[in-house]
Amino acid sequence: MPAVSKGDGMRGLAVFISDIRNCKSKEAEIKRINKELANIRSKFKGDKALDGYSKKKYVCKLLFIFLLGHDIDFGHMEAVNLLSSNKYTEKQIGYLFISVLVNSNSELIRLINNAIKNDLSSRNPTFMCLALHCIANVGSREMAEAFAGEIPRILVAGDTMDSVKQSAALCLLRLYKASPDLVLMGEWTSRVVHLLNDQHMGVVTAAISLITCLSSKNPDEFKTCVSLAVSRLSRIVSSASTDLQDYTYYFVPAPWLSCKLLRLLQCYPPPEDGAVKGRLVECLETILNKAQEPPKSKKVQHSNAKNAILFEAISLIIHYDSEPNLLVRACNQLGQFLQHRETNLRYLALESMCTLASSEFSHEAVKTHIETVINALKTERDVSVRQRAADLLYAMCDRSNAKQIVAEMLSYLETADYSIREEMVLKVAILAEKYAVDYSWYVDTILNLIRIAGDYVSEEVWYRVIQIVINRDDVQGYAAKTVFEALQAPACHENMVKVGGYILGEFGNLIAGDPRSSPLVQFNLLHSKFHLCSVPTRALLLSAYIKFINLFPETKATIQEVLRSDSQIRNSDVELQQRAVEYLKLSSIASTDVLATVLEEMPPFPERESSILAKLKKKKGPGAVSVELEDGKERGELNGGGDRGGDAAIAASNASTPSPSADLLGLRSAAPVSGAAPSAGSLLVDVFSEAGPAAASAGVNDDGFLSALHAPEASDSPLVEGPGDSDSAPTSAASEDPAPPLPESDELLNKFVCKNNGVLFENQLLQIGIKSEYRQNLGRMYLFYGNKTSVQFVSFSTTVSCPGELQSQLNVQTKTVEPLVEGGAQVQQVINIECLTDFVDAPLLNIKFRYGGALQNISLKLPVTINKFFQPTEMAAADFFQRWKQLSQPQQEAQKIFKASHGMDTEVLKAKLLGLGTALLENVDPNPENYVCAGVIQTKAQQVGCLLRLEPNAQAQPGEQMYRLTLRSSKDTVSQRVCDLLAEQF
Amino acid sequence: MIGGLFIYNHKGEVLISRVYRDDIGRNAVDAFRVNVIHARQQVRSPVTNIARTSFFHVKRSNIWLAAVTKQNVNAAMVFEFLYKMCDVMASYFGKISEENIKNNFVLIYELLDEILDFGYPQNSETGALKTFITQQGIKGQFQTKEEQSQITSQVTGQIGWRREGIKYRRNELFLDVLESVNLLMSPQGQVLSAHVSGRVVMKSYLSGMPECKFGMNDKIVIDKAGKGGVTNEAGKSTSGKQSIAIDDCTFNQCVRLSKFDSERSISFIPPDGDYELMRYRTTKDIILPFRVIPLVREVGRTKLEVKVVIKSNFKPSLLAQKIEVRIPTPLNTSGVQVICMKGKAKYKASENAIVWKIKRMAGMKESQISAEIELLPTNDKKKWARPPISMNFEVPFAPSGLKVRYLKVFESKLNYSDHDVVKWVRYIGRSGIYETRC
Repeated sequence: MPAVSKGDGMRGLAVFISDIRNCKSKEAEIKRINKELANIRSKFKGDKALDGYSKKKYVCKLLFIFLLGHDIDFGHMEAVNLLSSNKYTEKQIGYLFISVLVNSNSELIRLINNAIKNDLSSRNPTFMCLALHCIANVGSREMAEAFAGEIPRILVAGDTMDSVKQSAALCLLRLYKASPDLVLMGEWTSRVVHLLNDQHMGVVTAAISLITCLSSKNPDEFKTCVSLAVSRLSRIVSSASTDLQDYTYYFVPAPWLSCKLLRLLQCYPPPEDGAVKGRLVECLETILNKAQEPPKSKKVQHSNAKNAILFEAISLIIHYDSEPNLLVRACNQLGQFLQHRETNLRYLALESMCTLASSEFSHEAVKTHIETVINALKTERDVSVRQRAADLLYAMCDRSNAKQIVAEMLSYLETADYSIREEMVLKVAILAEKYAVDYSWYVDTILNLIRIAGDYVSEEVWYRVIQIVINRDDVQGYAAKTVFEALQAPACHENMVKVGGYILGEFGNLIAGDPRSSPLVQFNLLHSKFHLCSVPTRALLLSAYIKFINLFPETKATIQEVLRSDSQIRNSDVELQQRAVEYLKLSSIASTDVLATVLEEMPPFPERESSILAKLKKKKGPGAVSVELEDGKERGELNGGGDRGGDAAIAASNASTPSPSADLLGLRSAAPVSGAAPSAGSLLVDVFSEAGPAAASAGVNDDGFLSALHAPEASDSPLVEGPGDSDSAPTSAASEDPAPPLPESDELLNKFVCKNNGVLFENQLLQIGIKSEYRQNLGRMYLFYGNKTSVQFVSFSTTVSCPGELQSQLNVQTKTVEPLVEGGAQVQQVINIECLTDFVDAPLLNIKFRYGGALQNISLKLPVTINKFFQPTEMAAADFFQRWKQLSQPQQEAQKIFKASHGMDTEVLKAKLLGLGTALLENVDPNPENYVCAGVIQTKAQQVGCLLRLEPNAQAQPGEQMYRLTLRSSKDTVSQRVCDLLAEQF
Repeated sequence: MIGGLFIYNHKGEVLISRVYRDDIGRNAVDAFRVNVIHARQQVRSPVTNIARTSFFHVKRSNIWLAAVTKQNVNAAMVFEFLYKMCDVMASYFGKISEENIKNNFVLIYELLDEILDFGYPQNSETGALKTFITQQGIKGQFQTKEEQSQITSQVTGQIGWRREGIKYRRNELFLDVLESVNLLMSPQGQVLSAHVSGRVVMKSYLSGMPECKFGMNDKIVIDKAGKGGVTNEAGKSTSGKQSIAIDDCTFNQCVRLSKFDSERSISFIPPDGDYELMRYRTTKDIILPFRVIPLVREVGRTKLEVKVVIKSNFKPSLLAQKIEVRIPTPLNTSGVQVICMKGKAKYKASENAIVWKIKRMAGMKESQISAEIELLPTNDKKKWARPPISMNFEVPFAPSGLKVRYLKVFESKLNYSDHDVVKWVRYIGRSGIYETRC
């Protein structure tokens, strides 16, 4: 340490500070500061040069004034002068001032950099440390540019002192975090890894922070650190508490270092080398063993340090997820913590258990703690801990304990904290649905849910109940009865009235036999709630009434009376008035037959993913955007729009939808319900994971599956270069004209022949998701533009154009999108499509936006193909062959023989043919191997009937497999086009 | 309806706390301290709303007075009350300071009980209060029953501000017209805004229950008189004199408002001792006592030359006093040299200004100061905002032009007439915010 000069205490400064402290009022303080500033100004201005001591003193005063919240606009120069002093205290004050006060000020920064450079190259370790600290504290881009090359050299140089190495490692870490592009990897990287072997524990601790950060970005370059880290860890773990002297903290050897090592290991998969792995497992076991030992000290620091290592070890075990033995031990250890009196420990234990529950090895072990967790949910005083307990219950739930868990959660809901109620409701709804064996239980549960926490039951939840009740014949009667009973309560939640109205309207007849719930009683019950409800609910109830007229003609007079009353037919709300008028007319004019047709029972809903799950995902934050793209974030709302009104019901009842195997969650995998643990596990990952969901969601639904297959292709192909890439001049510097369509866009188009939803396009900047629905000759497409960067896109615009003759064949209407897309945000665009006549080409979608100043111009083909306008037609074998023969003219037939590019899996083929939009006819073709389909293409001009036959030669060797595809339709162009489209699919 | 009243010292410690209504809890005391006194930014608004509770505060030196309410009160009323309360306290124990409040806290609680009842302001006339709230506790024993009943009848009677049976050997009346003149002027001498706010303060030592009538050169009264009696000689002569237009005015409670409304005459039975008869404000034809002519020249980046001339603009026979000119200096001033012909000038670093003081100055005179200001070059590109030059002074006339025409005293029961009363009239014009941009 350099010699301390005279009066290091700086009496003037102390006096000044005590003056300020003694000020009675703000005004007095400002006066004192003004006086001092004037004094300093005159001193700095003064002709005679100041000595280092007074310079330091005044800079200190300025710093103090600045920290009090006043602006300082001079004195920077003096501070920079201090940097070149040889005295430690002066240099230190200079650096302090600079790291606190200097912004990126051009002329000064050069001087400062110069001074720092001098200090870095000096051999004095304290000066070097000061300079490094300053770089890290400022951490600006300019600093990084100037020193990013220098610091790694200091870090790995052989003759650098240990303390400097520590500082250098941390400084480099800071620069890397601030501007990763400036810190270039080089030969120093391999030598940094070897710092793990350093003698000095401080250096290792500092270096490991740097390595963890670096290796999380480029894991391959730092692979070698795994074995080093393991050996280091094992040395620490096996050392006695006294071995490491300074680095032993309350009898725990080097706890920080151990934690960091364990965290570093979490960046990598389990080591492949058996010896290394064995050693690591040994370490982890030792750590778990140590947790069982009696504490060496009663101090809280001791147990904190010990537990920190333990939790880090457990997360490593969970990360590896390959050692059943360790997983179970970890689980048991956490189980002990569940009853610990330390709240933080209980919280952490619950949190870790949540992840453990998703591992197949430890799921059973976690389940053994169910009683404790339920108890925690009930008795815990801290709401965040209760929240974790609820999460864990959700995670550990499976078929065997669903009833118990759901019941517990329901009973907890009555007293639950308001902030977590909505999430709890969603969880209960999902669990009840997912593990329902008995649908009456499901209906009971959800109705209970609405009764207990009606306010928190979102629309999606009750839509779902209705979907399920409608799709399951066996539960309808029971549902009607339960709803009727629930409505008897004097005060019902509005959601209950909605469910009640809908279900009684559909299935009221099932309980009408009982005189206690005769049609009139049902109607009166519903109508007694009518006046207490909001407008949308009233509208729903009106639709229920008109359904009553159909179900029970004897109520007609009463209901007409109600509809005719002024409060309905002259209602100020347009929707209600319209419904009242229309229903009244409908009921009085139409014959009973017409009425019966129009007001037919709702057809089963097409199976789809649970909208509730999507809702839960949405609650989990914006990180899950990419998952939602495929799963249709807005689908819940869309369903809602369609499900609600009676008019929608009327429209829908004409369409004959193929009856799906009513599966609750819309899982398409073979046996989702009986799929037990593994499938449940992957689902959980799907729900909770934020990144990389594609693989996890693969098993969940088939949309996700397909897009997961395609996603890598899309993201690998460098479709549009990044803004920094100079080669991309044609794209980024492009004019305002739409760019030519990407070469891949035809491929992209083919991807969507058999499906309506998925990711259309993805590059580094932008992801475009697509969701479309078609009805007859009309289609509606939702495009979701997701900004993948953290920077906003400006002047974002999209245009859809129909080149050439397509203009007369297709009518496309778009809505404009917001010109600003925030970083990480997603915007939606709706495109309405009307098919005028049959067509071949696809419309072009052009997207333009500015990202960081560079214009991006992307053109794609919209996946609108003729087959989208197929209406499936069911027909018997005789019918089929008759029509087949009718279309026997040579130009009406198109045939192709082609090689199979994918395997010949029956299920996949079937799914694709269904996705095409045609009806798949079973038992028509004499050869069961063949597939036969029929459909009608609806265009505005005409309807084109279309028959299809696909003959695979499944017996052939893989690679030799061929298909013969034959299409017959009443229009030759259609046959040809559909044949071309389909040939690419198999 | 004031819910409670708190007095704090500068640290935010509560000196006096009086809660009048149940809707104000103890936590209101802390809320005000945390959100206003100890607020990170200085709170400028005198009304602060915290959690549906309104706090009205005024500050006297280092003391905060805060009235608290949860209801929708008339804010002007609350402030009027707070000011009145300051007056009352000042008349009882002088300057409002932490020490004085601590020494008189029993008295203050007593006063608070009397002047505010369930949050409704009561009689706050100092003279009346002093009859029954005294600082000599023992005095009560010597009060006769008669006196006590007299106090009761006075306090509850129609004329609550004056008791009967006052007798003076010498009937005297003092009248002060106190005005403060506010001005903002452009560097070129254009008046951007100017107004005068004035007060008529009286001190009366009159016997019995006299009826007083106050007349001034109010434009409406004079015009009316001129129109009504064209033939009247006296009327003619008065209409020749200048009259002033009063924008608005407020009166002491003793003035009969109905009479003012109908005849615009100010008649009243005065309280005994000190009181403020009226307040008023004028904006037209203001006599500006001083004119400030600034001249600022920047010589390079490190030097500033300032020259300021002040001219007095009133009768040469009058003398202005306590003149002080405050010339702001830039924030990066490192040194100042001042030369002035008259008075004393000094650079005050703590206030970032040059302060120039002149003790006395006659009318129609001129004086000047010149200063060289050295600046420290800074890397801050912000330009100095050049705050205006401000001025303080005191002149022996009313800048609004207000003149007292008469003050008549009638006492029918006692044997003295208007001529027997000795009357003293004084005009004082002070500077309010008197600024000239430079």
